[in-house]
Amino acid sequence: MSQIETFYDVMRRQGITRRSFLKYCSLTASALGLGPAFVPKIAHAMETKPRTPVIWVNGLECTCCSESFIRGSHPLAKDVVLSMISLDYSHTLMAAAGHAAEAALEDTIEKYKGNYILAVEGNPPLNEDGMYCIVGGKPFVEQLRHAAKDAKAVISWGACASYGCVQAAKPNPTQATPVHKVITDKPIIKVPGCPPIAEVMTGVITYMLTFDRLPELDRQGRPAMFYGQRIHDKCYRRPHFDAGQFVEQWDDENARKGYCLYKVGCKGPTTYNACSTVRWNEGTSFPIQSGHGCIGCSEDGFWDQGSFYDRVTDLTQFGVEANADQVGMAAAGVVGGGVALHAAVSALKAAQKKSQDTVSQSEEV
Amino acid sequence: MSAPTTDAPFLTEPDADAADLASATRQTSVYVYEAPLRIWHWVNAAAILVLCLTGYLIGSPPPTMIIDEATHQFVFGYIRFAHFAAGWVLVVGFLGRIYWAIFGNHHARQLFYLPIFNGRWWKEVWFEIKWYLFLERAPKKYVGHNPLAQLAMFFFITLGVSFMIVTGLALYSEGLGQDSTLYKMFGWVFTMVGGNSHVVHTIHHLGMWWIIIFMIIHIYVAIREDIMSRQSIVSTMISGHRTFKDDRPD
Repeated sequence: MSQIETFYDVMRRQGITRRSFLKYCSLTASALGLGPAFVPKIAHAMETKPRTPVIWVNGLECTCCSESFIRGSHPLAKDVVLSMISLDYSHTLMAAAGHAAEAALEDTIEKYKGNYILAVEGNPPLNEDGMYCIVGGKPFVEQLRHAAKDAKAVISWGACASYGCVQAAKPNPTQATPVHKVITDKPIIKVPGCPPIAEVMTGVITYMLTFDRLPELDRQGRPAMFYGQRIHDKCYRRPHFDAGQFVEQWDDENARKGYCLYKVGCKGPTTYNACSTVRWNEGTSFPIQSGHGCIGCSEDGFWDQGSFYDRVTDLTQFGVEANADQVGMAAAGVVGGGVALHAAVSALKAAQKKSQDTVSQSEEV
Repeated sequence: MSAPTTDAPFLTEPDADAADLASATRQTSVYVYEAPLRIWHWVNAAAILVLCLTGYLIGSPPPTMIIDEATHQFVFGYIRFAHFAAGWVLVVGFLGRIYWAIFGNHHARQLFYLPIFNGRWWKEVWFEIKWYLFLERAPKKYVGHNPLAQLAMFFFITLGVSFMIVTGLALYSEGLGQDSTLYKMFGWVFTMVGGNSHVVHTIHHLGMWWIIIFMIIHIYVAIREDIMSRQSIVSTMISGHRTFKDDRPD
């Protein structure tokens, strides 16, 4: 096998200074929750290890993951990591098109058999033999299976690949299916979000390069370092939540003061992601900071959890639009009414029995 | 069975006539609910009351109160604290109740099993249903729970409270963090519902209504039976003694 360049080689070739390179390493270390001692380790890995080839395939998706990725807060993320990926195969970013592009994919699979990482953006629809998503004249699901066969590991970028996202929302006519339900024999890392945070995406790749293994995953297969805590746990508006100070209406004084968005449906308490710590667009802001509740985009089936603007959301299982309180109150009302009626009949019956007993007693006398 | 009440005190009682005295000498009682069980019942009832009230408020918080800066105000925090504290009381109480089912008298075990292979038991269930549908003139006497009550207790309390404890501890463990022991014990709950914690919140909320429906039925039936059945009900959960109002068999 020909000598593959290291990340550092590529960076230097792109005119990046060693100083910037080391800054990238320390930024990544802190993003991964590692101590300063790991900075030289990351630098060493980037300098010596051959870069990991990545094949980036796109199924049913909106490309927001790619868009997020190229907006990584550090220029190196897009200049280096990205350019290396585009060297191999990525619809959105590679220069090649048509047959040349498909040939490049085959080339990479052949050349790096068992060593490349397959990054999947979007998911395959399985209905009608996968005809709802065609890549290079063939259903995407075939390309996915083909590319996954010789991959070292699979990264599921975004909510689409991880959980299905909007195209898999009920009733899911195309039967859009998350990657882990199609590829079952490879280690899969889910990096959910719609899209995931750029630093999270580059962080995952850097971790895999530095330590030659998958990052620690949580119960659902997400990297624990980024998805180990809820938005709510690190939200800067949390003190208002504990105080019981909520935005009641979107245009009220409380909204202007930046109170907690819990009552207007913020899904922060049930959403595992790094938005409230890493934030977006070079750490500028995140949804709650800009005044809108979290919609829970990195959670499984977030489109099917009722309104983004309700705390107690509607249950879809009952065929009517009603939330747990409405269903419960209706049931309790029926039971309460039944109890009242039963009590009334019981009283009547008791009175009737009493009068009959009195009659029979007087007859006996 | 405890000894029948002696009739001596009644002899000088001007309010008691001959029939009363005859009845008093005949009346018997059975010690059914031992002290730990009775304490559990009332502690559990109080915990459930607190849990329902605070639980509802956690889903639909009270209107915003601006008493002070957020740093010095902890209104919603206290509501949640009361919920968690009552929840732990419920959990510890339920474990104690299981302990007492093993080491207490045999009545204490009624809550945890259904004799579904016993034909006679099913016949008695049917009889009780008919009694509640006003199709039987007179109820039967039962020392412990009547079979229909046992059925209801099993589904509403044994299963219902277990469900609330499991989903509740799962939600609580999220606050403690994914590396907590409690999350390791109950994290599977999230996997079972497909992974989204919001679903667990919703079913936990529905579970509250399941328990509230039980409360309505339980309180009504307990009072009704106390009046209309042939044995004591409400006082039994205070004194532990089941007393019977007549000495006819069955």
